[in-house]
Amino acid sequence: MKGNEAIAEAAIQAGCRFFFGYPITPQNQIPEYMSKRMPQVGGCFLQSESEVAAINMVYGAGGAGARVMTSSSSPGISLKQEGISYIVGAEVPCVIVNMVRGGPGLGSIQPAQSDYYQSTRGGGHGDYRMPVLAPGSVQEAVTLTQDAFDLADRYRTPVMVLGDGLIGQMMEPVDMEQASNRQPAADLQEKTWAATGHKPTQEAPRAIINSLYIDPVVLEQHCMKLQAKYDAIEAAECRWQEEMVDDAEIVIVAYGTTARIARSAMRKCREKGIKVGMIRPITLWPFPNAAIRATLKTAKKFLCVEMSTGQMVDDVRLAVEGQRPVEFYGRTGGMVPTVGEIVEKLEGMAGEPSAVEQLINQTTAALDQAATAAQETFAGFGSKIDAKVNDPAFIEKTEAFKQKTGELADKAFDGLAKGATLLGEIGSKAFGALSDLIGGNKNQNNNKEGNE
Amino acid sequence: MEKQFLIAGFGGQGVLLIGQLIAKAAMREEYEVSWMPSYGPEMRGGEANCAVVISDEEIGSPLVTEPPVLVAMNRPSLAKFMPKMAPGGILLYNASLIEDVELRDDVTVIPVPCNQIAEELGNQRTANMVMLGAVLGATQFVSADSLKETLREWLGEKRAAMLDINWQAIERGQALNA
Repeated sequence: MKGNEAIAEAAIQAGCRFFFGYPITPQNQIPEYMSKRMPQVGGCFLQSESEVAAINMVYGAGGAGARVMTSSSSPGISLKQEGISYIVGAEVPCVIVNMVRGGPGLGSIQPAQSDYYQSTRGGGHGDYRMPVLAPGSVQEAVTLTQDAFDLADRYRTPVMVLGDGLIGQMMEPVDMEQASNRQPAADLQEKTWAATGHKPTQEAPRAIINSLYIDPVVLEQHCMKLQAKYDAIEAAECRWQEEMVDDAEIVIVAYGTTARIARSAMRKCREKGIKVGMIRPITLWPFPNAAIRATLKTAKKFLCVEMSTGQMVDDVRLAVEGQRPVEFYGRTGGMVPTVGEIVEKLEGMAGEPSAVEQLINQTTAALDQAATAAQETFAGFGSKIDAKVNDPAFIEKTEAFKQKTGELADKAFDGLAKGATLLGEIGSKAFGALSDLIGGNKNQNNNKEGNE
Repeated sequence: MEKQFLIAGFGGQGVLLIGQLIAKAAMREEYEVSWMPSYGPEMRGGEANCAVVISDEEIGSPLVTEPPVLVAMNRPSLAKFMPKMAPGGILLYNASLIEDVELRDDVTVIPVPCNQIAEELGNQRTANMVMLGAVLGATQFVSADSLKETLREWLGEKRAAMLDINWQAIERGQALNA
């Protein structure tokens, strides 16, 4: 089945009975398939007058508690953003499929991944997050589409399935057996909040689907409640796939179609003895930070590959927390990276050490050199000293020196002793002379008096 | 084991069908398969191509950028994709539509007079089946029985009568390099 058809059938098997959309390549097989299948299962297919209308129909059907889906591609998804923000604010579950094409603007119709920021950062206004599921094969597109309906109902939130033109157009074998007539997850509650028509006799309060909170105190409380929900989603719903990361020195991070191309590149590098592994985020939000950090044990470098100029690479850098270099390779505008290009990039990374490693290597080499030089010098000194010490002529000279110094010391000591005695004598003589001098003065004084 | 095919020609020559039947026949023999069409603003008469990958393990890239097996049903396709072929690959081209062309000498070249043989069989629309047969003969990607069963299934009951003529075309193609 084609990816687009598989997604449409998966949605129907998960109980989706309302589809509202407006055509755009490369996702047209979804509405085409829905237009044929919805009447067969008693559902509603409606081609709206615009994307804005379609998303607001989704808002209405979801608010009434139905399983509802819309699909589009990049420019159309941009148009839907206002409605998505309202749906978030009103806590209405729904599924939105984006088969991304090259942008910005009308861009191209070829596959791209350049809507990563828009999808994971909240493309509409306000303080919100939205779970984003990125299938890597047609089979996985089936599973994730069905899971998206459960996620949406569990957390009362819109959920996005983010594919690209390749996933949508590619045909792969699909096992629909498990996906057939899929029942909602067992933990899901009855939608008592849904606006299904109030009866005057009913005790329950009126169900109100609304995203307007005039009082900022109340809106802050509402946003905090949403945030608590996002914390719970981050804790429970993060998904990823690891491949060959146990001993990987270079870890690729890639999602969707790009991950398949990167997988081929990884295998080629492994054949060449380069230890490459891969983390494939399946949920782009919540992002598998912990899984990426776990690879730091062996990973020296990271390579993020995307069909964009580099968007998810930001999240990889946040996950790695600056502990390792994170490089990027990407093609954009509808161009798809080739296996050869990624292999070349990986070979380059494996061959050339990072800046930090280069510095460490240089320092180590310099230290080694200095140590060797010092060792050689000391060894030279040592042998020279040894030779000198053991030289009979040197020994003789030393002995002679010792003897001479002994004699000299004796003489010097004697000399010093004599000198001391001499000093003593001079001192006493000087003292005597001084005393005499003082005494003489006294007499002179007396003499003066006597003369008067 | 992984085999990659790139099949290219004019829209309407049955190029996408050749690829689909290769993929479906390989699926019948329990290989992993992927089929990826070029999609674009082109309509009938424009350029069409598809990439088929069959493998005994999970398929990585579904794209074929350096085709080891290239099927060129018309001259523009040959000009576009022959330079991208992997050395040592197999080039099958529609010799009924492509004449006096310089071909690479580092690939195995198999000229297939698709339209001529189809005309001999009395049904021009089987030209793509002649080529499919030639691909089978050159690469043995599945057994002839698997391909025949795949074709039978694809034609279904409504078009069951078409099986013979299509299978004859395949056999003629296969005989070219069996």
